[in-house]
Amino acid sequence: MNEATPVVELKGITKRFPGVVANDSISLKLYKGEIHALLGENGAGKSTLMNIVFGLYQPDEGSIEINGTPVTIDNPNKAIDLGIGMVHQHFKLVDPFTVTENIILGMEPKKGLNLDHKTAAARISELSEQYGLRVDPYAKIHDISVGMQQRVEILKTLYRGADILIFDEPTAVLTPQEITELMEIMRRLVAEGKSIILITHKLKEIMHISDTVTIIRRGKVIDTVKTSEASPSILAEKMVGRNVSFTVDKRPATPGKPVLEIRDLFVKNKEGALVLNGLNLDVKAGEILGLAGVDGNGQSELIEALTGLRKVDRGSIRLNGKEVANLSPRQIIEGGLSHIPEDRHKHGLVLDFSMSENMVLETYYKAPYNKNGFLNYDAIKKQAEKLIENFDVRTPSVETKARSLSGGNQQKAIIAREIDKNPDILIAAQPTRGLDVGAIEFVQSQLIAQRDQGKAVLLISFELDEIINVSDRIAVLYEGQIVGEVLPEQTNDQELGLMMAGSTAPGGVKHE
Amino acid sequence: MNKIFKIFSGSATVSIIAIILGLIVGAIVMLVGGYNPLLAYQSLFTQVFGNTYDFGETLREITPLVLTGLAFAFAARTGLFNIGGEGQFIVGMTAATVVGIKVTGLPAIIHAPLAIIAGGLCGGLWAAIVGYLKAKRGVNEVITSIMLNWIALYLANYIVRHFLLMQGKQRSEDILPTASITIQSLSDLMNSARIHWGMLLAVLVAVFFYYFMWKTKQGYELRAVGSNPNAAQYAGMNVGRNIVKAMFISGVFAGLAGAVQILGVFHNQTVMSGSPGTGFDGIAVGLIGMNNPFGILLGAILFGTLTYGSAGMSFGAGVPPELIRIVIGSIIFFIAAQGIVRWFIKPFYSKRKKEKVL
Repeated sequence: MNEATPVVELKGITKRFPGVVANDSISLKLYKGEIHALLGENGAGKSTLMNIVFGLYQPDEGSIEINGTPVTIDNPNKAIDLGIGMVHQHFKLVDPFTVTENIILGMEPKKGLNLDHKTAAARISELSEQYGLRVDPYAKIHDISVGMQQRVEILKTLYRGADILIFDEPTAVLTPQEITELMEIMRRLVAEGKSIILITHKLKEIMHISDTVTIIRRGKVIDTVKTSEASPSILAEKMVGRNVSFTVDKRPATPGKPVLEIRDLFVKNKEGALVLNGLNLDVKAGEILGLAGVDGNGQSELIEALTGLRKVDRGSIRLNGKEVANLSPRQIIEGGLSHIPEDRHKHGLVLDFSMSENMVLETYYKAPYNKNGFLNYDAIKKQAEKLIENFDVRTPSVETKARSLSGGNQQKAIIAREIDKNPDILIAAQPTRGLDVGAIEFVQSQLIAQRDQGKAVLLISFELDEIINVSDRIAVLYEGQIVGEVLPEQTNDQELGLMMAGSTAPGGVKHE
Repeated sequence: MNKIFKIFSGSATVSIIAIILGLIVGAIVMLVGGYNPLLAYQSLFTQVFGNTYDFGETLREITPLVLTGLAFAFAARTGLFNIGGEGQFIVGMTAATVVGIKVTGLPAIIHAPLAIIAGGLCGGLWAAIVGYLKAKRGVNEVITSIMLNWIALYLANYIVRHFLLMQGKQRSEDILPTASITIQSLSDLMNSARIHWGMLLAVLVAVFFYYFMWKTKQGYELRAVGSNPNAAQYAGMNVGRNIVKAMFISGVFAGLAGAVQILGVFHNQTVMSGSPGTGFDGIAVGLIGMNNPFGILLGAILFGTLTYGSAGMSFGAGVPPELIRIVIGSIIFFIAAQGIVRWFIKPFYSKRKKEKVL
């Protein structure tokens, strides 16, 4: 790092919202050619700070300097003019448009009255080449993978001449392979003289790629350290404010009888293509079976088939020995299945309902909540208060709309509801996605607690660390089939990675 | 009472401001046209409250609007855009007319309720077609309900012409006196303003709406399906069945509106050259009432008062009665464009928030 003036310097930025101080006198220096990670829990104030840098908010106090000159950034166009680009967590792309059309949107080059597509596409190819992005300028957005779409977002900022790139939780939507590729791209960007601010709460990535880390907790800068002088546990402690254990503490499993038996399962996806091709899998009582696999190998369809949300083409699913394939979701739920859904906003919660109404989403028709067709709101409220208390869901009241809770608390609420139904099998799909370290610890310990009570747990996750740390047994899903089974203590990232890419495990136990 | 107030506080502010803004827009248009807006609004008011007859007739104007407004709102609460209230209204009218004329030999205590039930039921079934097509075939409810509006109109005219026509007239015979729901004693008291039991029914339906939607198991399901069908399905609810159910109940409300118009007001059905529009006005009432049953009662009162009072405007101030449609249109515009209204009331809000922080 050179000791010259920083490309971006934030001096004592303070931003207040009614009732909270989102940023409390935050100072930060970003040097040229540096990857500076911004680490903090959900709601720590990272996004507010970056929205200030990108001109979406105005700070109440403090100043911003770009290359040593004080600037006022009062709208995103100003930020772009100053060479700041933002890669948002949720992409802002027009699906039916091509890559080129998306990139030039809002600043279309003209040739007379016509759009000058060719020049733009050539410039995009050139940029893509320079930074190793390998993006086809004529591909349509809906035809390319999520990882590629993210690269289009990166290209968009580069095309607009950004020198300072802000990445907001860039890996949340990516597969492990895509994450590795993104890291490569980020290295390439800084090698070419760009500077990067990386917002994340994933410690592994920070250790892997960043040069400097600034830790924010409750709107305040806790510390700024060189990554080379830090360790994950130190960072986690600073971020959460207490000691965090990474090794998941658990006793050996004592598996019992199989609760869920899947035989020769064939399931089609929305487009009518077979995505599960004769899948076989058992989940036993008192064990956590981790299902590893790259996204898009049939995970979602498997979950939907198991929970009754998708039709089973052929094959058998037995729950406690009873056939449940193609039964309705309610019949399956009553058969003893609980499900922590992959997408908590789409499936897990009715966001416009109060917390108490959400807590009885699957049980509202039973006593004591339902009395002769009328809802007993006292009983519902009591139940909600109990769950909120037991699972430490932070909400102002049980009447609060689910929408206004943070992601971590929404997830806790869903887990509370699902566990409280006392299921025989718990299906947990990406249960820790988007959560911070503290919440992840909580969720994982809940899964293990369920196992210790003799429940069967099926854990589906793209996070290899989670699969290895939490599971008692790991099955790998590839192209709609289980390609192998391994024990977590006898495997590692590399072996699992290979299996996830389709090769069967040399040392692993084949499913009989 | 406190609870009821809580339900539509917040949204009520927006409605009230929108109404005031709408009246102001109307006043500006009148000024531009060279009329005196104060005199116009004053004569509107006098027209409505000036004498008992007009007051009774205003109630008559309000009643079907309450029911069609509730019909729109009920579907909207379940995430459905039912603009077929018009067709369901016409079907309800026709069913009530048929029962009112063709079913004979029943005492009034049975005949009148039977005709009302027939109207509600047929309106409900008419709307259930839309729900069924959406649930089973995924057809957008807007398309089917618009089409069914036209089918209902011509079907109704066909039935009146071929089975119920009064000799030499473009209307049906009168319904039997046993099917009438006119309250003669009150009507006499108010200089034969057309007062009928449907007015009480409309209020009861609003109360039913509230209890059903927010207090029962089925209402809970409907709201869950309305705000997040995916989560409802995940939780084991039958989404398709709830869509059909919501459309059916919505259609019942609109059908009842049609039935009480026939049985309480007209006592016969004309061959219609165009849609009566009560169902469409229900959409406006639903929007003004923010899809809340008590808001709709107030919205219908406003809508009905303005409509009936508009005749007074033309007598008193020479303002063409169509102008009141500009006022109503503006009110709906301001409600839909809530951003504008919030901008108007922002200074008050920010003051309050600051106090809270301190």
